[in-house]
Amino acid sequence: MTAEAIAAAAPAARPGVVARALAHRGVLVGLLLFGTVVLVALFADVIAPHDPVRNNFRARLAAPNEVFWLGTDRFGRDILSRIIHGTRVSLRIGLMVVAATSAAGALIGAVAGYFRALDGPLMRVMDGLMAFPAILLAISLAAALGPSEVNAAIALTVAYTPRTARIVRASVLVVRELDYVEAARALGAGHAHILFRHVLPNSLTPLVVQATYIFALAVLAEAVLSFIGVGPPPPTPSLGGVIADGRDYMLEAPWISLFPGLAIAVTVLGLNLLGDGLRDVLDPRMKVEPR
Amino acid sequence: MLRYTLGRLLSAVPVLFVVSLVAFAIIAIVPGDLASEMAGPSATAEELARLRAQLGLDKPLLERMLDWYGALLRGDLGESILLRRSVTAAILERLPVTLGLTFLALALAIVFGVLAGMVAAVRPNSWTDQGVMALALVGLSLPDFWLGLVFIWLFAVQLGWLPTGGYVPLAEDPLGWLRAMAMPAGALALTQMGLLARMTRASMLDVLRQDFVRTAYAKGLPGWVVVGRHAGANVLVPVITVAGVSVGILLGGAVVIEQVFALPGVGRLIIGAIQRRDYPVIQGGLLLTATIFVLVNLVVDLLYAAVDPRVRYDR
Repeated sequence: MTAEAIAAAAPAARPGVVARALAHRGVLVGLLLFGTVVLVALFADVIAPHDPVRNNFRARLAAPNEVFWLGTDRFGRDILSRIIHGTRVSLRIGLMVVAATSAAGALIGAVAGYFRALDGPLMRVMDGLMAFPAILLAISLAAALGPSEVNAAIALTVAYTPRTARIVRASVLVVRELDYVEAARALGAGHAHILFRHVLPNSLTPLVVQATYIFALAVLAEAVLSFIGVGPPPPTPSLGGVIADGRDYMLEAPWISLFPGLAIAVTVLGLNLLGDGLRDVLDPRMKVEPR
Repeated sequence: MLRYTLGRLLSAVPVLFVVSLVAFAIIAIVPGDLASEMAGPSATAEELARLRAQLGLDKPLLERMLDWYGALLRGDLGESILLRRSVTAAILERLPVTLGLTFLALALAIVFGVLAGMVAAVRPNSWTDQGVMALALVGLSLPDFWLGLVFIWLFAVQLGWLPTGGYVPLAEDPLGWLRAMAMPAGALALTQMGLLARMTRASMLDVLRQDFVRTAYAKGLPGWVVVGRHAGANVLVPVITVAGVSVGILLGGAVVIEQVFALPGVGRLIIGAIQRRDYPVIQGGLLLTATIFVLVNLVVDLLYAAVDPRVRYDR
């Protein structure tokens, strides 16, 4: 998802928000970093110099050289190609988690914020989920569901939905008291119509910023799941999995673990810069929230 | 204060109820036959039946749930399939390692994070500010477990300053403990350090704009007194709030970091249990970490209310 797409999806955005976003230095740098990762993931088949899953025992644990730019692992697989293909897995899971947490969070937050009777029960459930360290909850759920890409996304969605729900609820609580909502009610509009046509669309701006951060968190968390061994199963090259492959070779082949971590860092840094920039552009009053 | 304390204690009850429900559900969401998956393909019908009875799988879901809560109220988290001992005992034995790691990381994050945030806020938009904030952003974008590996490569393999892993109990050898914990706690702390630095800077900028700060400057107090005492005291409140949240994130991170540094804590127990499908241990570990997190935040909230009367009326 590019900044333009995110900005365009924001219903409350005034005209010119895209222009303002593009004039923001953080957004530009973030877009550059994250955009590069997206392009690499999209064209992985074309860019990757080698097959990411093909073993080559004659070249095992090779140091970075002119054939294998970032070296090889214990099966002689090309690290650079594995990283390039690994970004696909990271972004795919990140995208699934962003879509699912946004949809679930918007729905739960909207219902909790709008219907007072449901607020208590729904938010207590969210509080309960937030009482777990998110990463530990995700690891346990992913382990119970079994290692796969979709299950990793489900586990992360459960762990991160309370954040989106809380944020949407907070802004629904404000919007539901506004005059145009009362006007709609006076005109005889039903609850569903008011909530989904008037309140919710005007409550989503903070979610745009949060979704960007959740993308970053999901990329980090996916790496942890794969590192632990409950992410997408091998031989799928995932960034966390490649780091785990190199764990026992820190002495003789540190490149296996070191380079994929940099790829994660670039992706997450780009997303965080985008999130910070969008926050500045969309609502300068929003502060840095603890995540 | 008593009313506030009681109210706050009561509000933890539904949260803990949901927590225990989720921990219970971990077994229920496993697809397929749990017992045969845990026992492996070579298990006899008799072994399977025994395992089912041990896990309570032979009873209906509702009855299992009632059993689970009954046992919980007695402090009983069940029996580890693999260790053949009580989950509570196994966890409590390893808890000091994890808590030591978590709170050392928290201390590092608070000290350096707050310091960095204050330094940045004193001269907003200066080179120092931008440099410190750029570092904070990079810090919170790095995967902590990967940073642990980088530390091992740099400080243990290349420089030989610190051991690559292993644990020394704090009570036996405090200095050895610190040497063993330096890299894991440092790797774990960096993300929270970055967050705290950003948060401190933001609230510091708010405080420095206020009248009493101008008054303090006007009556001739030196800058470091104004920033350190007058403004610093006001920044402490949001810092403590964030630190309460950080505990949860650090506890979760510790689980993974223990894996990297071979520290014998709760995290290794849980990950080991995940790899061998020892579900009672996973459930117990989840439940206990969440409970610690809830209790820490309870204590933080009560501390606040004791220190700052406004809190008692606000909520």
